[in-house]
Amino acid sequence: MDFTLSREHEMLRRMYREFAETEVKPLAAEVDEEERFPEETVRKMGKLGMMGIYFPKEYGGAGADVLAYAMCVEELAKVCGTTAVVVSAHTSLCSAPIYEHGTEEQKRKYLPKLCSGEWLGAFGLTEPNAGTDASGQQTTAVLDGDHWVINGSKIFITNAAYADVFVIFAMTDRKQGTRGISAFIIERNFPGFSVGKHEKKMGIRGSSTCELIMEDCIVPKENLLGDLGFGFKIALQTLDGGRIGIAAQALGLGEGAVEETIKYTKERVQFGKRLSQFQNTQFQIADMHTRMQAAQYLTYAAACKKQACQSYSIDAAMAKLFAAEAASDVARRAVQLFGGYGYTRDYPVERMMRDAKITEIYEGTSEAQRMVIAANLQVK
Amino acid sequence: MKIIVCVKQVPDTTGKVAVNPDGTLNRASMPAIINPDDKNAVEAALQIKDQTGCKIVVVSMGPPPAESMLRELLAMGADEAVLVCGREFGGSDTFATSQILAGAINKIGLENDDLVFCGRQAIDGDTAQVGPQIAEKLNLPQISYVADIQLGKGEVICRRMLEDGYMTVRAKTPCLLTCIKELNMPRYMSVAGVMDCYCKPLCVFNYDTLKDDPLIEPDTIGLKGSPTNIFKSFTPPQKGVGTMLEGADRAACAKLADSLAEKHIV
Amino acid sequence: MAAFNNTDLAAFRGVWVFCEQRGGKLMPTDFELISEGRKLADELGTEVCGVLLGDGVEGIAKELGGYGADRVYVCESPRLKDYTTDAYAKLICDLVMEKKPEVLLIGASNIGRDLGPRMAARLHTGLTADCTHLDVDVSKYIEFLRESSTIDLTTQKFNMEDRNLKMTRPAFGGHLMATIICPRFRPCMSTVRPGVMKKAPFDQAKADACIIEKPAFSLQDSDLRTEVLEVVKATRQMVDLAGAKVVVSVGRGISKDVQKGIALAEELAEVLGGVVGGSRATTDAGWLTADYQVGQTGKTVRPKIYIALGISGAIQHIAGMQDSECIIAVNKNDTAPIFEVADYGIAGDLFKVVPLMIEEFRRVTAK
Repeated sequence: MDFTLSREHEMLRRMYREFAETEVKPLAAEVDEEERFPEETVRKMGKLGMMGIYFPKEYGGAGADVLAYAMCVEELAKVCGTTAVVVSAHTSLCSAPIYEHGTEEQKRKYLPKLCSGEWLGAFGLTEPNAGTDASGQQTTAVLDGDHWVINGSKIFITNAAYADVFVIFAMTDRKQGTRGISAFIIERNFPGFSVGKHEKKMGIRGSSTCELIMEDCIVPKENLLGDLGFGFKIALQTLDGGRIGIAAQALGLGEGAVEETIKYTKERVQFGKRLSQFQNTQFQIADMHTRMQAAQYLTYAAACKKQACQSYSIDAAMAKLFAAEAASDVARRAVQLFGGYGYTRDYPVERMMRDAKITEIYEGTSEAQRMVIAANLQVK
Repeated sequence: MKIIVCVKQVPDTTGKVAVNPDGTLNRASMPAIINPDDKNAVEAALQIKDQTGCKIVVVSMGPPPAESMLRELLAMGADEAVLVCGREFGGSDTFATSQILAGAINKIGLENDDLVFCGRQAIDGDTAQVGPQIAEKLNLPQISYVADIQLGKGEVICRRMLEDGYMTVRAKTPCLLTCIKELNMPRYMSVAGVMDCYCKPLCVFNYDTLKDDPLIEPDTIGLKGSPTNIFKSFTPPQKGVGTMLEGADRAACAKLADSLAEKHIV
Repeated sequence: MAAFNNTDLAAFRGVWVFCEQRGGKLMPTDFELISEGRKLADELGTEVCGVLLGDGVEGIAKELGGYGADRVYVCESPRLKDYTTDAYAKLICDLVMEKKPEVLLIGASNIGRDLGPRMAARLHTGLTADCTHLDVDVSKYIEFLRESSTIDLTTQKFNMEDRNLKMTRPAFGGHLMATIICPRFRPCMSTVRPGVMKKAPFDQAKADACIIEKPAFSLQDSDLRTEVLEVVKATRQMVDLAGAKVVVSVGRGISKDVQKGIALAEELAEVLGGVVGGSRATTDAGWLTADYQVGQTGKTVRPKIYIALGISGAIQHIAGMQDSECIIAVNKNDTAPIFEVADYGIAGDLFKVVPLMIEEFRRVTAK
């Protein structure tokens, strides 16, 4: 088992790090404070290939691998949770299902522009009455000649107000239960499609989280993604991949919090000593670092398994479960070590704590991850 | 058309620099980076490549670790890399270094419509001499302190910065330009660039490769080929604890101003 | 590129100084270099010659004599009006090859640092860039080391008869000082950092006695391979905080008269060639706009000089300026944390102290 990264991965990490420090970090506080979607950053990332990292060059991707993608989300999250999730949701939840389940025509139509960042992607599964229990889809799709008519609404959709392409799930045959759900590729300008209100959130405030409303939305027949009735399977497989992205986001948030804490405790003096000289500080940081390092190994392992086309569902679930809970814990401890200053917006740790919380919830709550893990272990 | 860009891998002297107890610099405390002005030179070449499709060759004289820097430049978009590396080249001052690089450029070949770009100054040696000296040895016109480049037919028109303004200068190709940071914002490596960079050609020129060039003789390279030698090197005394000046009157201010003037801080 | 025999060191005598002129005016650094050249020439027992190129510049040459030049070579031509590497390098190299000076000093301006290396390569000699200290005499050099270095002089051996020019200059961004010699070739060339060498007092008698010589030279259009299309002088530009060499920041301490406090900071900044900044208190209170703020939520600066006026030194502010080279603090409260990071501290009322500071800094920078 060789844990050293390849020279290409090391180079990529350096590039991601420099980009994050120079282009993303200076905007992070403003993105959070003003709930501003980092549009200009997305354009810059698109130019560098960061919006299509692991897709092959023939579809406009950068031709790297899933690990390289996870590392990108990780480095971005170290300085800005919002920017990290923009890349993650776009890549894992929209580009990935099109790449994995799309027809050749669909891939050639959508992937190049998604990979270049010219188009932004999103994923619509969650509904007001279908959260963790995603099977209760109330959005319907009815075939009418050469097109589908879709009715329903989705909530909490990441990237919504800025996305051009959406992978949407709808019930095509209620009698079949989960086998009656199908997936569709919807473009924002299709008639009957609109984006609703923006959610005011605790964290990742710059991320565009909105409702999607489909009122007799007309979707061309050829935009069915995958086979009819196969949608739920596509959703679950997509979420498996998405979990690697969110694990990477949580990983970066936690690592960022540890870095900031080490820096601060080396400067701050109380009782005539630097905080870093107190054993409590040292022990806390030791724990924080160890948890995030473990999260990194789980996340990277899941990424490598996906890249090797091995079964990785349990690995992704474990990575997300562990990384999310570790990040929340680590960020909370960071604020505590900063003391009063850490509670103010002068320092980034309170934002990291607010940002970390959502990683325990979206793309499958920690409870859902536990269900997946137990099911994979055949514990029933 | 091609552009040859001379680059150097340097320790990062702009961050925190540690000094050893014996007064020597702790080189390990400084990570190795691409010399900043050289990055601007490469970016300028890449922008011309974006417009014209020309070829970019990056050349560096350095020890084997400099290869990783060259790979980064290939990942940024350069087409070929040359590492000039050999025991015989060690100990070279700027005169000998420019001699060796001129020999390397001769080996790569310079056509009439080609250009040579250099960064103005390296942040370790801080001399800003190698670029103009390469130009002299290759008998090329030079324009230094370049903050803007317009490419014409067989010529360049540059904005050449002065301390209090600038000159607009025209020169025919082939010519050598030294680039400053005001010229551009260097691009990042792209993801695809990183994945490809180890497939792009990188060759090593050693003494045997270059020895047939009239510029390269045993006594024109290395220590033997260096007109200057280091007599002594030392670190300035470290910053100690500060001084609280006595009183808050003219005498205190005078002492402050005189002290700063003596140390050439003002 | 004809080589000339420049290894016969004894044949080279004289300290030459390239005197840069722009628009028919001598650069201030020319006087500094002539003064320094005079000191070196006295130790070497030789003369100081200025070298002045331009168009219609003969009239400004005598002034160089007032600072110690015995002679000034003046070359005039319309082709020399604006600096070009080819014209200046050709003329000066031709003159050097004919007259064989031992030392050639050039001010390390943007032009000097273009010209120096080109000539050194053509003359096959050594050039040391951006020197801040020059010595011939070894005992003087040892004194210099004693003051300015951490070298243990008891362990060093020196050849007291060594008459090579010892050229000291900063490297590694200023973290290392190196003394360079050019033992085998002549002339020994050095570009010298402007504003460092001391200008000698002006002596009218010496100026009157200075010999102006106009050597013959050849310069054709075909010698010039670059063409100057225009020369543009910059209008006053906006200096940004992050790139400034000097930052004078104000804090809560200016509250009793905000306008006056900012005006004092601006005046002090102007004397030192810097810009004004502010702590968070000043931007929160609306005394300065947010782009002036130095600190954790503002900008991080690393200027040569950082002056903190009426700033207490809360950790968020320190985080933004602690890597400045020289930190000066003025605060009424002598226990203010800012004094822990300051190189120089004055405990006093900034409204009384800063006007005095302005006058004293004016005095030392007027030289």
